[in-house]
Amino acid sequence: MKVVNNRAWFLVLPVFAIVAFSAILPIMTVVNYSVQDTFGNNQFFWNGVGWFQDLLDPSKELGGRFFDALWRNLLFSAIILAIEVPLGIAVALAMPREGWKVAACLVLMALPLLIPWNVVGTIWQIFARGDIGLLGWTVNRLGIDFNYTGHTLDAWITIIVMDVWHWTSLVALLCYAGLKSIPDAYYQAARIDGASRWAVFRTIQLPKMRRVLLIAVLLRFMDSFMIYTEPFVLTGGGPGNATTFVSIDLVKLALGQFDLGKAAAMSIVYNLIILVVCWIFYTVMTNADADRERVEA
Amino acid sequence: MSDVVILRGSQTAAPSQAKVNRALTGSWVSGSAIGMVLYLLFLMLPIYWLINMSLKTNTEISTTMTLWPQEITFEHYAKIFTDPSWYGGYINSLTYVAINTVLSITLALPAAYAFSRYRFVGDKHLFFWLLSNRMAPAAVFALPFFNLYSAIGLFDTPWAVALAHCLFNVPLAVWILEGFMSGVPREIDETAAIDGYSFPRFFVKIFMPLIASGVGVAAFFCFMFSWVELLLARTLTSVNAKPIAATMTRTVSAAGMDWGLLAAAGVLTIVPGALVIWFVRNYIAKGFALGRV
Repeated sequence: MKVVNNRAWFLVLPVFAIVAFSAILPIMTVVNYSVQDTFGNNQFFWNGVGWFQDLLDPSKELGGRFFDALWRNLLFSAIILAIEVPLGIAVALAMPREGWKVAACLVLMALPLLIPWNVVGTIWQIFARGDIGLLGWTVNRLGIDFNYTGHTLDAWITIIVMDVWHWTSLVALLCYAGLKSIPDAYYQAARIDGASRWAVFRTIQLPKMRRVLLIAVLLRFMDSFMIYTEPFVLTGGGPGNATTFVSIDLVKLALGQFDLGKAAAMSIVYNLIILVVCWIFYTVMTNADADRERVEA
Repeated sequence: MSDVVILRGSQTAAPSQAKVNRALTGSWVSGSAIGMVLYLLFLMLPIYWLINMSLKTNTEISTTMTLWPQEITFEHYAKIFTDPSWYGGYINSLTYVAINTVLSITLALPAAYAFSRYRFVGDKHLFFWLLSNRMAPAAVFALPFFNLYSAIGLFDTPWAVALAHCLFNVPLAVWILEGFMSGVPREIDETAAIDGYSFPRFFVKIFMPLIASGVGVAAFFCFMFSWVELLLARTLTSVNAKPIAATMTRTVSAAGMDWGLLAAAGVLTIVPGALVIWFVRNYIAKGFALGRV
């Protein structure tokens, strides 16, 4: 049991101060902008909830644009989850069990995770180009007209493959950590019972991976919902607005057009969505931790 | 810290488990080996292509399609190491990444100790609040950070980026360190107190060596997440502190088609991760899952 001691706050205070400086001050600025309008020259006047009404009304220009980006982003998140989670589980199950091969696989699998996000974009920008990229060139040679800067579908396919390339290893590594924690005796019991490979997966491995899978799904959802750098480098949100996800749209609005009020209102709604998902994440995580403690106690 | 116990346990039992698995799966093992090789090939091919491009001359890139460089050239790397606007980008990036890593770890150490050893008013809420900042979209913070750091005169300095990256790196460091600290038995704290160690002396002389690997892992992840971030780093700098990531994106639009140079710059950004990956291979999942695996 942990000791109750409120003086522990003194140890936490530096972290509290720096995160508050980086989080609360900027959020106050955003709230401030979101209720004002400007004609330039730093002249602001009160606009109340006007921006929020525009933003949440799909028939308005701002609302239409926001909901387009939001649905696009949710579709993207759904697709990459549907690919990365099963693939990640499969890769984790296919991991070698012993020897140097384990270390080699871990190192090679982790490599894409440690590449700067803009370089991930650059790698695929080069790799998928029809003229100089191996992938684009090969596909074009097969007689398919593939051009990720021109065709919407090709842009989506490229971004999805890029994300699968970038992040599937994370799901796999998490699942592998879950698999490693299964005691040997479970497998021995399964062998005595004559359990099939599928039965072992369904009744031993999958339940043991439940916790890490929850973390993996939530992490992948959050990160794909906030994706900015990779598609920004690869397609710049195009062709047209076909790959403009929420973060890309927000940055266009805030730093491209300097539409402070609209951008601030969008920031707040976006952040609230993230906060709700975050709360689910936290609840799931703490419940899972509590479950585990109860089992071990 | 039951994870450690379980992991150690399964490592010692690994050979027999492998035997059991092989007996269970039979011929399926070779199928999974082929699948694994294909997956790794899929991961390595784009990286190979980047390295391949970085060693080709621009004429070869634009005129022919070759699977490996016909005539290996280091001209792109030479340009990066001699042109200040290129190598300056790496220095700028490393500067703010180093400041951020030191800052995050220093601040997170006492906080992580508090979370691992004590209950206090609001600890759960504080933990959730920290998590929510780790998850906050950088796009939301880009504009207000720009205003904030311009107002306090830090715009276009490494400090602006280093402080901005604390938003997600400090919570991360707290979590990772808390995981490692919870693995150290509380009895050690009590014994040290009985032996007459003051708290600061105990922390530095006894506790820090015990969690040294945890500090290393936390530092690695602070380094990594600060190194890979582009949006905030680009927004908070213009000329003097411009990071390599921004140099790369801006040169694409300006110079047009110097793919070889771009590829070489990309390869060099992968190097720091690739160098230390061996030492952190068993902790990658932990770092990404906020120390919760």
